[in-house]
Amino acid sequence: MTEHLPVLIPLVLLTAALASPLFGLIRHSWTYRITVAAVALDAGLTMWGLAEVIADGPMSYRLGGWVPPIGIEFVLDPLSAFFATVIAVVALVVLVGARALVAEELPEKEVPFFVAVLLMLTGFQGIVITGDLFNLFVFMEIGALAAYALVAVGERPSPVAAFRYLLIGATGASLYLLGLWFVYSLTGSLNMADVAAILPTVWDNPAMVIGLSLIVVGLGVKMAMFPMHGWLPDAYTQAPSAASALIAPIGTKVGAYALIRILFFVFGVRLVRDRLAVTDVVLWLSAVGIIYGSVMAIAQREMKRMLAYSSVAQVGYIGLGIGLANPVGLIGAVLHVVNHAFMKAALFVVAGNMRVKLGHTDIGRIDAAVQRAMPWTMAAFTVGALSMIGVPPTAGFFSKWYLASGAIDRGLWIMVLVILVSSLLNAVYFFRVLERAYLRSGDREEGTEAASGRNEARPVMLVPALLLAAGIVALGVFNAVLVNGVIDLIRPAGL
Amino acid sequence: MTYDSLVPLFAVAVSLLAVPLILASSHRPRLRETWTIGAAVAKFLLVLSLLPKVLDGQIPVTRLGEIVPGVELALRVDALGIVFALVASSLWILTSWYSIGYVAGVKEQKQTRYFASFAVCLSATIGVAFSANVITFIVFYEVLTIATYPLVIHKETPEAIRAGRKYLAYTLTAGVALLAGAAWLYRVAGSLDFVPGGLLEGVDASGATIRVLFLLFIGGVGVKAALMPLHAWLPAAMVAPTPVSALLHAVAVVKSGVFGVLRVVGFVFGPSVMTRYDLALPLAVVAGATILVASLMALAQDNLKRRLAYSTIGHLSYIVLAAALISPEAFTGGVLHITTHATMKITLFFVAGAIYAHAHRDNVSELDGIGRAMPWTMSAFAVASIGLAGLPPVNGFESKWFIGLGAATTGQEVALVVLLVSGVLNAAYLFPIVHRAFLRPSRQFAGLGEASPHMVVPLVVTAGLSVLLGLWPNGLVRLYDLAVMISRGVFGGVA
Amino acid sequence: MGPPMGDFWGGGYAYAATAALLVIGLYAILVKRNLVKKLIGLNILQAAIILTWVATATKPDATVPVLESHSGEHLVEAADYLNPLPHTLMLTAIVVGVATTGVAFALLISIFRRYGTLDEGELLGEMRNGGG
Repeated sequence: MTEHLPVLIPLVLLTAALASPLFGLIRHSWTYRITVAAVALDAGLTMWGLAEVIADGPMSYRLGGWVPPIGIEFVLDPLSAFFATVIAVVALVVLVGARALVAEELPEKEVPFFVAVLLMLTGFQGIVITGDLFNLFVFMEIGALAAYALVAVGERPSPVAAFRYLLIGATGASLYLLGLWFVYSLTGSLNMADVAAILPTVWDNPAMVIGLSLIVVGLGVKMAMFPMHGWLPDAYTQAPSAASALIAPIGTKVGAYALIRILFFVFGVRLVRDRLAVTDVVLWLSAVGIIYGSVMAIAQREMKRMLAYSSVAQVGYIGLGIGLANPVGLIGAVLHVVNHAFMKAALFVVAGNMRVKLGHTDIGRIDAAVQRAMPWTMAAFTVGALSMIGVPPTAGFFSKWYLASGAIDRGLWIMVLVILVSSLLNAVYFFRVLERAYLRSGDREEGTEAASGRNEARPVMLVPALLLAAGIVALGVFNAVLVNGVIDLIRPAGL
Repeated sequence: MTYDSLVPLFAVAVSLLAVPLILASSHRPRLRETWTIGAAVAKFLLVLSLLPKVLDGQIPVTRLGEIVPGVELALRVDALGIVFALVASSLWILTSWYSIGYVAGVKEQKQTRYFASFAVCLSATIGVAFSANVITFIVFYEVLTIATYPLVIHKETPEAIRAGRKYLAYTLTAGVALLAGAAWLYRVAGSLDFVPGGLLEGVDASGATIRVLFLLFIGGVGVKAALMPLHAWLPAAMVAPTPVSALLHAVAVVKSGVFGVLRVVGFVFGPSVMTRYDLALPLAVVAGATILVASLMALAQDNLKRRLAYSTIGHLSYIVLAAALISPEAFTGGVLHITTHATMKITLFFVAGAIYAHAHRDNVSELDGIGRAMPWTMSAFAVASIGLAGLPPVNGFESKWFIGLGAATTGQEVALVVLLVSGVLNAAYLFPIVHRAFLRPSRQFAGLGEASPHMVVPLVVTAGLSVLLGLWPNGLVRLYDLAVMISRGVFGGVA
Repeated sequence: MGPPMGDFWGGGYAYAATAALLVIGLYAILVKRNLVKKLIGLNILQAAIILTWVATATKPDATVPVLESHSGEHLVEAADYLNPLPHTLMLTAIVVGVATTGVAFALLISIFRRYGTLDEGELLGEMRNGGG
């Protein structure tokens, strides 16, 4: 049974995606239930897979029994198992509250919404599990199309945001495909391990550099690496709350996964860091993205847009860790994947709760009535904010510890400075919200309703926020366990 | 000599455990106050129970597991830690008692938040005191920053909110400096433990590295230690209720800052590193300048609390100067000054609060004749003033004596001059207040009795303690012996 | 299909053509203001990339990769047949492209219904300032 794990992880979700609309015809709630069940099952499978991989080493599965490199291979190794687990677990927690958010914002589209969620998660898990470069493209687009649909069902302007997302995302994917053509032409193979073995023989060929660059650009679009991030702010802002809460924590992470996998495991550290300066380019672009995202976040008046720009900055942290291309830096990047997934999920769930209970997410209209109405929700937000700023013992502090240590190891003081300055910038835009929510008295004539009673989010919406907040603290306190037990096992050759 | 014990952990945690109890009894003030006092007493007793062992040369240690690979979260009660912990925990009992009277007198709102935040702050302070290594220190130090924020902005006036922002801006920036310094230190030294005599002693590192590290660390702890020009948050923070100023800004927060300076100078860098790389002189100059400038600025303040704030800034730099003199006697004096300044300054703040709550006066110029109405209060003020000026028989004399002795024996007479001048300035800004109170008759306080016992008793106790310890420096808890132990450890390199 | 076309595909001219298409497609995506034109640009871009892959499959004097009925008796010479792999991969890519275009049209219809325009400048302004 365990030997089927690699294929089951995406397959469970795909099957559910195909089955759920049929059940949804009978009764709408069944679609949601199937979604939750499937993702829960998936989470269990990924955790099982992770445990197996840690104990016994990588496992691979041949689709249809065809031997790679002719056939397509699915591979579970520490890197893919870790990412798969993060995706499934975070999605599951967010889904607990998602139905209430959907019921509030788009009740008549509940069935197609959750089917799209399942398709998107299928795509994401597929990206993570596959061992074939073209298969990666296919799953990438499956996930992306579902994501475009999820973004489009929000408020009035959301199709515009979705179309921009589609345009930029599809262009990125196409560039990836073109880059892949160079790789295929030079090596004759599409299997990741096989290509990795053959590539050193064509290192001198300039076509390889072009291919690599196109692939990096294409994946950079998916990851929202600066300056390919243009689709993100509008998409995250205009998407319905449940969609943002699902896409924001994990959508860009799969792009990061693909980048790590291809740069370090296919092309190899010696090539991308030592012979060519690819990781340096990623490093510098990420550094700019960090500062750009943080500064833009400060300028925002609306919370989801603020969180969106913040995501650009946070993806920059991951890119920074990748760009450092040293063991500690990579640990920082991978740790930040899970840390940021939890943090952003918590923050977007809170934004959704605010939307439902207050009717808006404008920062300017937040005052102490919010904290009186939703103390627990705001507590979850506070934990998320403290982690984004980097206050120990929350998870964010430790991401920055590893990233700073990695930068110090390479003697790149400017990167240390970027990390530190961005922490302070994060403090500015988060404390603005916190100050308002806890301290600002409603001093407007047409104010919000008299700050009387509690109007806390319903348990089904509150519990995910609190779970994620607890997770943020746990990830911080136990980060050494995670790093030693799992992340340290992710060792590309040469690192 | 070290032995495993859970008592340090309990000492840190007991007030944290009280927090939910405090929050739950928000509608029953008596019960809530009982939890606070109970936690304070428990904490003090737990700390006290460790004293005999420490005096004996034993060191209780609690290991809490790896926090980042290679570094543990750990508590270690050495002589310096227990001195600070004794001061903080004993004075918390008195401050809590005092708070009860104060908040009743000024009818403060949000008392539950106030007492709960206090409890967290004290946990963090004891955590700082008992930190075994730099990263444990940073964790508790940052928690202290966040936990003090609700206390600073307690009144929720625009002024208070501005003060809170300033406080955070300064302290969070210091926090990122510490993060960078710690990460770099770990790369350089391979460890983050506090070692008597200096972790960096014997570590191979370039002069530039050592100097920049020192800058980062001193910058990081210097904010809370109110070293100029990093001091600006402290006068602004005086907008907080007086018990907050008393405990936190005269005892806990600022003393963690100077405690940090002592740890950095004595346990991270060490005397010989400090002299070898010329780190001591710049620090001494900055400290000396702070002492003088702060004392002069104190003279110029009419608001009593602001005058006391600047006095605190000056006295904190006594301790920094003592460390920078790189002399065993001076170091002893610096450690003692933590305790002597605490008892004296807290007396003054208690008096200021009593005057505000009972007589509704803020400014020195308004205090004519108040000694007749509030004799106990103003006598305590007189006692503390004598000590702050460095005169016997109050304990301020002895700490100043040792610092001066250290200055003289190491040929740094300039420091001695600074101390003497500062003593004169202290007298200049404190004695006239006593003079006004007792020797300038006025009818304005006729009929006004003494303040409530809740406030008068603590301030008489602290004044009395100051005299008691002045006459009997090694009394009660053998502070003098502890201070000597510390110096011997730092300068002799013996654990 | 016969030698003349073989020369075209095998001689590198194909790549020049697809490169031109690529540039045209990118140009349209980036520069055109009308969303439909951008979408057309995307389609051209995708077509260019697909054709690039397909062009890789050619070999001199090779024929379509369909086995003749009696060739089971002797070994098949790979050089006689075009490389089928890029063709099959590109079938998948075409499907992806079609699906993407379908979703894009659905979005465009929705946009036009709500805003009555398909001009990027106007729409971005509406979205960012007008809000929902």
